[in-house]
Amino acid sequence: MVSDRPARQDRSAPGASAPPAVELIGIDKRFGPVHANRHVSLAIAKGSIHGIIGENGAGKSTLMSILFGFYAADAGEIRVNGRKVDITSSGDAIAQGIGMVHQHFMLVEPFTVLENVVLGAEGGALIGPALARARGVLERLARDYELDVDPDAIVGTLPVGLQQRVEILKALFKGADVLILDEPTGVLTPNEADHLFHILRGLRDQGKTVIIITHKLNEIMEVTDRVSVMRRGELVATVDTRDTSAAALAELMVGRSVLLEVEKGEGKPGAVVLAVEKLTWRDSKNVARVKDVSFAVRAGEIVGIAGVSGNGQSELLDLIAGLKRPSAGTIRLDGQEIGHLADPARLRDLGVAHVPEDRQARGLIMPFEECESAILGWHDDPALGSALWLDRGKVEGRAAADMAAFDVRPQDCHLKSAKFSGGNQQKIVLAREIGRDPKLLIVGQPTRGVDVGAIEFIPRRLLELRDQGKAILLVSVELDEIRSLSDRILVMFAGEVMGERPPETDERELGLLMAGVQPGDRPEATAS
Amino acid sequence: MNKRTLLVALAALAAAGYYFYGSGGGSSDKPAPGTPAVVFDTGGKFDKSFNEGIYNGAEKFKTETSQAYGEFEITNEAQREQALRNFADKGYSPIIAAGFAQAAALGKVAAEYPNIKFAIIDDSSITLPNVQSIVFKEEEGSYLVGLLAAMASKTGKVGFVGGMDIPLIRKFACGYVQGVKATNPAATVFQNMTGDTGAAWNDPVKGGELTKAQIAQGADVIYHAAGGTGVGVLQAAADNGALGIGVDSNQNGLHPGKVLTSMLKRVDVAVYNVMKSAKDGSFKAGTTSLGLAQDGVGYAMDDNNKALVSPPMIAAADAAKAAIVAGTLQVHDYMTDEKCPVQ
Amino acid sequence: MMKKVHGELPHWVDTALIPAVNLVVALLVAGLVVLIIGENPLEALGILLKGALGSVRGWSYMLYYATNFTFTGLAVAVAFHAGLFNIGGEGQAYVAGLGAALAGLGLEFLPWPIALLIGIMAAMAFGALWGFIPGYLQARRGSHIVITTIMFNFIAASLMVYLINNWFRPAGRMAVESREITHISLVNLLPPSPLNAAVFLAGLAAWFTWYLLWRTRLGYEIRAVGANPEAAVYAGIKPQRVIMITMAISGALAGLMAVNEVLGVHHRLILEFAGGAGFVGIAVALMGRSHPVGVVLAALLFGLLYQGGAELSFAKPAITRDMIVVIQGLVILFMGALEQAFRPVLAAFFFAPEKA
Repeated sequence: MVSDRPARQDRSAPGASAPPAVELIGIDKRFGPVHANRHVSLAIAKGSIHGIIGENGAGKSTLMSILFGFYAADAGEIRVNGRKVDITSSGDAIAQGIGMVHQHFMLVEPFTVLENVVLGAEGGALIGPALARARGVLERLARDYELDVDPDAIVGTLPVGLQQRVEILKALFKGADVLILDEPTGVLTPNEADHLFHILRGLRDQGKTVIIITHKLNEIMEVTDRVSVMRRGELVATVDTRDTSAAALAELMVGRSVLLEVEKGEGKPGAVVLAVEKLTWRDSKNVARVKDVSFAVRAGEIVGIAGVSGNGQSELLDLIAGLKRPSAGTIRLDGQEIGHLADPARLRDLGVAHVPEDRQARGLIMPFEECESAILGWHDDPALGSALWLDRGKVEGRAAADMAAFDVRPQDCHLKSAKFSGGNQQKIVLAREIGRDPKLLIVGQPTRGVDVGAIEFIPRRLLELRDQGKAILLVSVELDEIRSLSDRILVMFAGEVMGERPPETDERELGLLMAGVQPGDRPEATAS
Repeated sequence: MNKRTLLVALAALAAAGYYFYGSGGGSSDKPAPGTPAVVFDTGGKFDKSFNEGIYNGAEKFKTETSQAYGEFEITNEAQREQALRNFADKGYSPIIAAGFAQAAALGKVAAEYPNIKFAIIDDSSITLPNVQSIVFKEEEGSYLVGLLAAMASKTGKVGFVGGMDIPLIRKFACGYVQGVKATNPAATVFQNMTGDTGAAWNDPVKGGELTKAQIAQGADVIYHAAGGTGVGVLQAAADNGALGIGVDSNQNGLHPGKVLTSMLKRVDVAVYNVMKSAKDGSFKAGTTSLGLAQDGVGYAMDDNNKALVSPPMIAAADAAKAAIVAGTLQVHDYMTDEKCPVQ
Repeated sequence: MMKKVHGELPHWVDTALIPAVNLVVALLVAGLVVLIIGENPLEALGILLKGALGSVRGWSYMLYYATNFTFTGLAVAVAFHAGLFNIGGEGQAYVAGLGAALAGLGLEFLPWPIALLIGIMAAMAFGALWGFIPGYLQARRGSHIVITTIMFNFIAASLMVYLINNWFRPAGRMAVESREITHISLVNLLPPSPLNAAVFLAGLAAWFTWYLLWRTRLGYEIRAVGANPEAAVYAGIKPQRVIMITMAISGALAGLMAVNEVLGVHHRLILEFAGGAGFVGIAVALMGRSHPVGVVLAALLFGLLYQGGAELSFAKPAITRDMIVVIQGLVILFMGALEQAFRPVLAAFFFAPEKA
């Protein structure tokens, strides 16, 4: 399945023997302990739409940032049209005919479309000639690619779909033949997304090469000619879109990463601890991100929630942890309704422990000493001092005990939280949340970005906790992790629970559910 | 900068300080006996107004007698006392404090140094045997320029722009209004204060805006008592076809032909007299009140405004002056009851 | 020399050499300015240092200034820890003067120690109120704290001139100030200098600030909100509440400056007694890295520059007060803002032999 052969003969390519528009060979990049790209090789055919798909943190954005000159690769080379090139800045990339449309637009909102388009290509002290020239070019581009935008409109007043068009125009104006789009539909409505795809097909038919980064399977199936799957920094597969399916891609994205060798005994589920009923949450744009979700977690069991990220799992965790207030439905802990509280401190007192998905943004306070991060959320614990006062000795004592129990290294609680490795940071969070004897533990991505040692240690602790009779809700994008730890698996797609399955269910079936396909809908949900 | 950096920096400075302790700076030099000193107020000595008048008086004394003098410009409240005491410590005498804001500090320091002569301008609250207080009857001079303004006005509407809203400035305004109303009881006087903070003494832009607003309402003569802010008042008046009236020093020359006159407050004379009297031994403690009779206040006539002030106007002003000096005409002093009989 | 990763200099370089180099450069540039206006820079430096450190009076004035700067610096530092930029120390201190004066003039029937205590508390309470309102507007209404605290400085200035002029000023008195507060005052330590017992209050305030931030639950919450609001919310901390409380504490600390000025020095409520110390507090907090010990040290440095600067312009009329501000600014620039500017040069110097 893995393939780094140059593109197959392409229907729209001008010549069968033409070199790939872009070729990445053996790209390797590390950020400290994180291996973001592992020897990635990839060829992108001229005049095609190439998708790169993978979970958050799979390394796809890093790879494209290297191509666009934001980062320098530690190893490997880049070829454009068969020639080896040196790209050390975005200026170099633009000179090589590579343009990028970022997830967060790089536009000057109070400027007009025209002024934005010439930004960085003003050419000379006077703006007038550049603007006049740009107007002509813009009109031609608009005609050729159906990229109609009023050149004199103020960018800040345009809807996001049109702002994105301005970004594309900007890249084309600078002579881009290869266009990289990073998560282009993240901010778009479905209609705007459809129109974007139409434009992208038009660009391809005119001979441009389009690279689209996304973690949305249906987009890949709809618009790309060829697709590469990345996972944990590796390029695991490159296939023709017509030869694959959403379910197969989902499987590749989340598939067997590290084989977990965890001894899991038979669970002994007890009374219902957490009962979620018809839970719905709408965001500020009134879009339901969690829809009518109902499930229960019993004492002594682990319920896993599987799914491609961005399908409502994060929001579900926040709702149960009291960080978001439900729009409808109930959350009950031991029969007591807690959804309306929306108060993390109260919930903690009631016995809800929360290991957040993003420990760097939420779980720890990076500039704090470890012993201070070790009481985050428990800083009002009466055992740590008097009403107003925090007893430094008791805080350090607790931190030291937690560090010893979870084998956190180095065992120095005066070290800044940021100085610990990912795995040790995760152990600090786990120790803190587990240590206070909760009734319910909700865990997001327990092993994301952690090192090998912790990858074995953390699941083992979660199972121990289950066997002690705790109720555990586990959210992970690692399917293997879900399967090896959970007693029951719920699959979420687009904010809804698609179904519940036992952990023995095969990956293929789970993959289909994660792609939003009910088993009854088989065989395939491929691109139209 | 982290704590250690600071500690090291402080230590280094301290060490350097003791090194220089022996080498001696200029500050330890004692002046010749009888050297006068001036402590300017926060406006600074080049404020084109009150402090500059004091500076001019001191400079005149220096030129005439070749006698240097010490000087200091205040930057914060604590420095008032510090500067006065510094001068007293080194034996400067007389020490002249510019402005009523220094009264509290001067009262304290003067009591500590009974052998040193002190003088304060614009305040009469200190009664010590070594302090001379000099106040001005600004209401008398303002009355005269009010009279001239009323006669020069074609619209029957005149303006006043004050600096900071404090009693002294209301005193100017009150005398001015009395002069206007005595001449033309039907006249309207627009009054504005520039602000509530010290910045009001040095905000020519806002002074100009207030002036334009008054002109827009029909005022054609505008008097200012606003220190540095007045520069903007006179400018705006000159630019918009109105006449300005200067204050403290003779400001007629700032916009020749566009400044009707200036209300002179001869602080320069006062300072000169203090220095001179201390030198020749005639220095007397107590309050000196300088009005029209003593030529401490008045209105300015020179080539710049000759064409603006007609002989009948001069005659009227001189008649009023004579009446005030003779005591037959009483100009109300706002400070006596903090009220003004006319608005 | 030990093999070291690039960027890690020997300890003594960081703690001694870099500050020393910064100081020397600051003094050299300031000296150049002095030279341009035709004075002897060495002599000027000597006067400046001797003015602040060469006599008991110099020291006492330096400490008096440092007292003010410590209060306002701590006020800014506490707010910094919650991620708030309190520009309003000036207005908070100014309004706090009202509390001190009201207690001083209105509580003459009480025994003086009680009245004094109430006076100090009233100053803190008025300052706290003046900080709390922008805090409330930030937390509940989303009005940016920088804008509102600046606006509150103006409101304070107008309010105070109105109140002093129309309520506090004895009739017939020219100077815009209240009558003298005779009932309560802080002990003057070294008359005739303005140094008074408030200097101990400043030390106490610095200790309190440290204790609050690093030893109390509230301090933990303040720092958590400042370091990572998202993590603070995750922890169940309510940032809005913390913002309001922090701004009130910040205002109360700034308000203590009024105790020094109104009850310790002037013994009356005078116009604009804060005299810019609220703004100096921002520089002090930045320089002191928002740590109470750093704030105290930075306040001393500023006190030295203020006192020495005054003596310099006293002794050398050619060096005007505006020149003094330039010299103070240069020292701040090199010691604070450009602290790390010479680091690469020194690093190159230290690592060159290894590469050779």
